[in-house]
Amino acid sequence: MIEGEKMAFEIVGKRTIRKDAAAKVTGRAKYADDFFEGDMLVGKVLRSPYAHAVVKHIDTSKAKALPGVEAVITHEDLPKLKYATAGHPWSLDPGHRDVADRLILTDKARYVGDGIAAVVASDTLTAEKALKLIEVEYEVLPFVLDPEKAMLPGAPVIHEEKPDNILGDASEEIGNIEEDFRKADHIFEGVYETSIVQHCHLEIQSAYAYADADGRIVIVSSTQIPHIARRIVGQALGMPWGKIRIIKPYIGGGFGNKQDIIVEPIAAAMSLAVNGRPVRYALTREECFVDTRTRHAMKLYMKTAVTKEGKLLSLHMRPISNNGAYASHGHTIVMSAGGKFRLLYDFNSIKYEPKTVYTNLPAAGAMRGYGCPQIFFALESHIEDIAREMKMDPIEFRKQNLISVGKKDPHSEIVVRTFGLPECIEKGKQLIKWDEKLEKYKEQKGTKRRGLGMACFSYATGTYPHGFEIAGARIVMNQDGSVQLQVGATEIGQGSDTVLSQIAAEVLGLPYDMVHIVSQQDTDISPFDLGAYASRQTFVSGAAVRKAAEEVKGKVLEMASEKTGLSIDELDIKAARIVERKSGNEICTLEDIAMESYYDRVNAEPIFGNASYNVRTNAMAYGVTFAEVEVDMETGRIEVIEIYNVHDSGVIVNPMLAEGQVHGGVSMSLGYALSEQLLFDPETGRPLNNNFLDYKLQTIMDTPDIGSAFVQLHEPEGSVGQKSLGENTTISPAPAVRNAVLNATGVAFNKLPMTPQKVFEKFKQAGLL
Amino acid sequence: MDKYEKISMVVNGKAYSLEIDIRESLLEVLRNRLHFTGVKQGCSVGECGACTVLIDGLPVNSCIYLAVWADGRKITTIEGVSKDGELSKVQQAFVDEGAVQCGFCTPGLVLTATALTESGRKYSDEEIKREISGHLCRCTGYNKIFNAVKRALDAEH
Repeated sequence: MIEGEKMAFEIVGKRTIRKDAAAKVTGRAKYADDFFEGDMLVGKVLRSPYAHAVVKHIDTSKAKALPGVEAVITHEDLPKLKYATAGHPWSLDPGHRDVADRLILTDKARYVGDGIAAVVASDTLTAEKALKLIEVEYEVLPFVLDPEKAMLPGAPVIHEEKPDNILGDASEEIGNIEEDFRKADHIFEGVYETSIVQHCHLEIQSAYAYADADGRIVIVSSTQIPHIARRIVGQALGMPWGKIRIIKPYIGGGFGNKQDIIVEPIAAAMSLAVNGRPVRYALTREECFVDTRTRHAMKLYMKTAVTKEGKLLSLHMRPISNNGAYASHGHTIVMSAGGKFRLLYDFNSIKYEPKTVYTNLPAAGAMRGYGCPQIFFALESHIEDIAREMKMDPIEFRKQNLISVGKKDPHSEIVVRTFGLPECIEKGKQLIKWDEKLEKYKEQKGTKRRGLGMACFSYATGTYPHGFEIAGARIVMNQDGSVQLQVGATEIGQGSDTVLSQIAAEVLGLPYDMVHIVSQQDTDISPFDLGAYASRQTFVSGAAVRKAAEEVKGKVLEMASEKTGLSIDELDIKAARIVERKSGNEICTLEDIAMESYYDRVNAEPIFGNASYNVRTNAMAYGVTFAEVEVDMETGRIEVIEIYNVHDSGVIVNPMLAEGQVHGGVSMSLGYALSEQLLFDPETGRPLNNNFLDYKLQTIMDTPDIGSAFVQLHEPEGSVGQKSLGENTTISPAPAVRNAVLNATGVAFNKLPMTPQKVFEKFKQAGLL
Repeated sequence: MDKYEKISMVVNGKAYSLEIDIRESLLEVLRNRLHFTGVKQGCSVGECGACTVLIDGLPVNSCIYLAVWADGRKITTIEGVSKDGELSKVQQAFVDEGAVQCGFCTPGLVLTATALTESGRKYSDEEIKREISGHLCRCTGYNKIFNAVKRALDAEH
């Protein structure tokens, strides 16, 4: 069934209905905020109004005296344990751990919104009143928002441990760039910039915490990473990890923001301050914009050496990444992206010199694409600019420089085993009618001009070899032959419950409806898995599911073999029936076997499979965006007329869900390209648009029809031939749109977002208006 | 002025009479007092549409609608959409079209789409988009949501 190269699947590859669709359309799906306890209290946090200030003194007496207030806490009441919030697996090697630079409540504010004190009260209004009664004396310090200024001598020091404000500057070099630049016929330079944006999951971070009868802390949280949350809460509170229990119900989107431990430690501290009574700590949307995580704004300096034939020789890339006030994922993001782009074009040599810098802004962390939306905006804009300068066709220029199958990265040692990008490019070209339209749009003089653009990307699947990649799955067979599938992987909207159920059904020979997935993760019960990030779950957790399902299948066939006298090799399970493999003749039902496993007086042993899988490999995934835009030369408005993402993500486990990933990822990238930017007052560091009215998320009116297509090559390392997809979708649309605008107008926009105002200003500058 | 007031409203066909704080929004009363948790809170200020309920058949952001205004009115939340354990046409269309991802914006969208199907009117594609443009969704890029609403509307005509 699923052995060998060419697999004929029954359930994998089908448009099965989401496991959670009915729960979600009926309102039955419960999210972290949807649980109530009779004596539940509400927690709120007092935030610094200053971008950089030392807390000299706090007086909480008036707040404590307010009726309905149960507790007021400050940094003085909490353990002085600095912890790292990034949702990475723990490393036994201290040299590979995240930077621990955070306290639950701080005595030094490092951005507007930094948590200074917390109130626990009977209700939200009382808690908000109490916040106003807390008296804080601040010593206001100079602050810095621009990372390049933050690195200058004499800049305000944000963390004493890093006096130059450089959080990370590890770099990498492959080959000899000096030599390649000497050999070059042409050298091109460019500077590209991206802005701070946010995830904008519709469900805001929320957690409630209480102490159970044994004194353990239970936290119900909107987290992507329950098992990692347990560890970090333990570290932040100085408690044994086994005393923490995290429950993850349905989650209303995460996109990386819930791959960071933000609300859980403070919710636990609030509950501990009231003897373990349940306390809910739910952020407001305005708080969510400043006190969770953002995507790093980057400024990328590019310098490229090319031969006169158009062979890319060498690239020197220097990204400056604005990390904001706390480390979160820190330098890992820019380093991770650096490892991914190297497997797209066949450079002789690359020097990658990123710097990740502290500033007095909200902390940047993981967001869908993990550094790649920034890196590929720069890379694919720069490649386009080079092709134009050299008067070469931008697609042919890219194609002649692509890597090929078998390419191995000398540092990560990742090998490209399947490479469907050339085919993706051909498909995208046809879908958008590239040649025909390019010809048509050649000489435009009107006020509305159309143009075409494209951009490619490369992405990994999971984090191996840099990160530890373990996943767990448990399968329990019921009396009727159906199974419960328990996973540590988290459904956050992307559809992992559905695709993991498909994989289980495929391996077990069960109809899809006979796999019941337990959607909730509970660290006391669920198998150990690191959670939703790095587009890893279909690949990594899928491998664990396959392993557990094979264990169950093996036990079933062993019982069937004993029953029939046929050897295991002669038997199979098809549609919940035990069949003779060759003839397909039914021998008995799976239910017969399952009933015996439960109730046979002598041999009863209910059937289960329990697997942990440590995936020690990676699979490079690829794709391309083709975009057509219409630019209004008078208003600066850019409209996307057509857009197609074509992906090489291996075998697509569920095309309907895969299309959904493409639509969401492209829409997010169009916001990144055209409208979204979190703005801060340069005079004060205060956020200017931390709400959905002023932060311009794409609405349905702004979103075009989004085309998706897949080139399906069987990835040999994927448990059913699959590779990553979720994040991949949001990497290449922004540069493709930028290149289309360049094609339409001749104006190169090197900074995102391309809002009408900025486009208008640039047209004026270029003399077009 | 008294801080509390008694209101009577029908929610999903059942009559409720309760004393509420006059500062409470309908969202707060529906969620915190009556535990209709399918009413989602995404922004609390009428920007995202996740808290949409039908008030006398019309979609309203319940977060910026004072609970006192609901006195004497008929409210439908997502919990009241399916009948006799069967999904409504709109709900079924959302399921079949794959219009659901994280599900947080789904209840509000299903309710607005329900109001459209019950209006008896026909809508052009542009009109459908305009009608649901008050709902933010970060997962789907709206493509499959649009298809689901269109499918449900087509089933009506």
